[in-house]
Amino acid sequence: MALPPLDSPQWNSSWLAFGWGLRSITQTILTLVLFATYLGIGALAHDTHFSLLWALCSTLFVWAGPAQIILITTLGSGATIIQSAIAVTVSAIRLFPMVVSVLPLMRTPTTRRRELFFAAHLTAVTLWVECHRFLPQVPRERRIAFVNGLGFGLVSVCLTANTVGYFLAANLTQTLGAAILMLTPLSFLFSTARNSREAADVVALALGVLLYPLAAKMNSGLDILVSGLVAGTIAYGVHWWREVRA
Amino acid sequence: MSYAQLIGDWQALVVLFVAGVVPNQIWRMLGLWFGGGIDEGSELLVWVRAVATAILAGVIAQIVVQPPGALASVPDALRYGAVAAGLVVFLLTHRSIFAGVVTGEVFMLAGKWWLG
Repeated sequence: MALPPLDSPQWNSSWLAFGWGLRSITQTILTLVLFATYLGIGALAHDTHFSLLWALCSTLFVWAGPAQIILITTLGSGATIIQSAIAVTVSAIRLFPMVVSVLPLMRTPTTRRRELFFAAHLTAVTLWVECHRFLPQVPRERRIAFVNGLGFGLVSVCLTANTVGYFLAANLTQTLGAAILMLTPLSFLFSTARNSREAADVVALALGVLLYPLAAKMNSGLDILVSGLVAGTIAYGVHWWREVRA
Repeated sequence: MSYAQLIGDWQALVVLFVAGVVPNQIWRMLGLWFGGGIDEGSELLVWVRAVATAILAGVIAQIVVQPPGALASVPDALRYGAVAAGLVVFLLTHRSIFAGVVTGEVFMLAGKWWLG
């Protein structure tokens, strides 16, 4: 399935654009990866004695795989609400620059902030990656509807996966459970690498991975933030240096 | 499966919102609120995107280095080996996410099976 050309009448209404966004979930391997990741989250919720409704609410209202895994594992292992909240909020800091960088792709001079509310809520790694891929092929005034459709489709897939995983959990062996959890780092690493076009992106990704174990040794509780800021700033330095020389 | 397993109690849902939804959502709402005036090609956004990428890279490293749940049952060398094998195949196949993920998974499962 290819998206219609920018001047096609297929983009004449917001509902059509929503439909194209919804159908675009079939155009990415990340949908399959999300399904597998949320299968694992459903299974994890079952094994840590959370209800199915709880797991579905966490997908609907948190909508960030790493935060959900952190929340379930910390609460499940007896952490306090405050400790879990701090761990979740540190993992979620990355959503701030994602939202800041993705919303300008769909904003027009007349866009009101509340029109972007759902797009902001739906922004997570997958949507962030897919927006950079799909949105250049979507007319600017239809991009919010397109993203809402894409996000609605992805959330539906994940809610289904949670339910299936929850019921499978009783039958999942430890090895299969490990395989499902391993899908998360592999898929996130390769999907981010695939979308790294500039040198700064590659440096940020590679340094971010390599600096984390060093930052973790400091045991500050802010490991990911520290390694992310340092690696990201060095990557920006590389970008700046190349621009100056060019 | 019982009613309690499917629905649970309301206290658990309150904990979900206090410990999960609010600390997570606050960053998106800050981005929605303060991202307004920023031009998508600006130097600030290049930096912000680099930091976002590096923070995500940190989450990836954390899951592999300090694995949660069932993944902790897999030896360190197998987890690192799975990522390395997946990366090699990803690069050899002109950046195929699918080939990289499948290779990493097969490496880990085969290693686990071989080690018993």
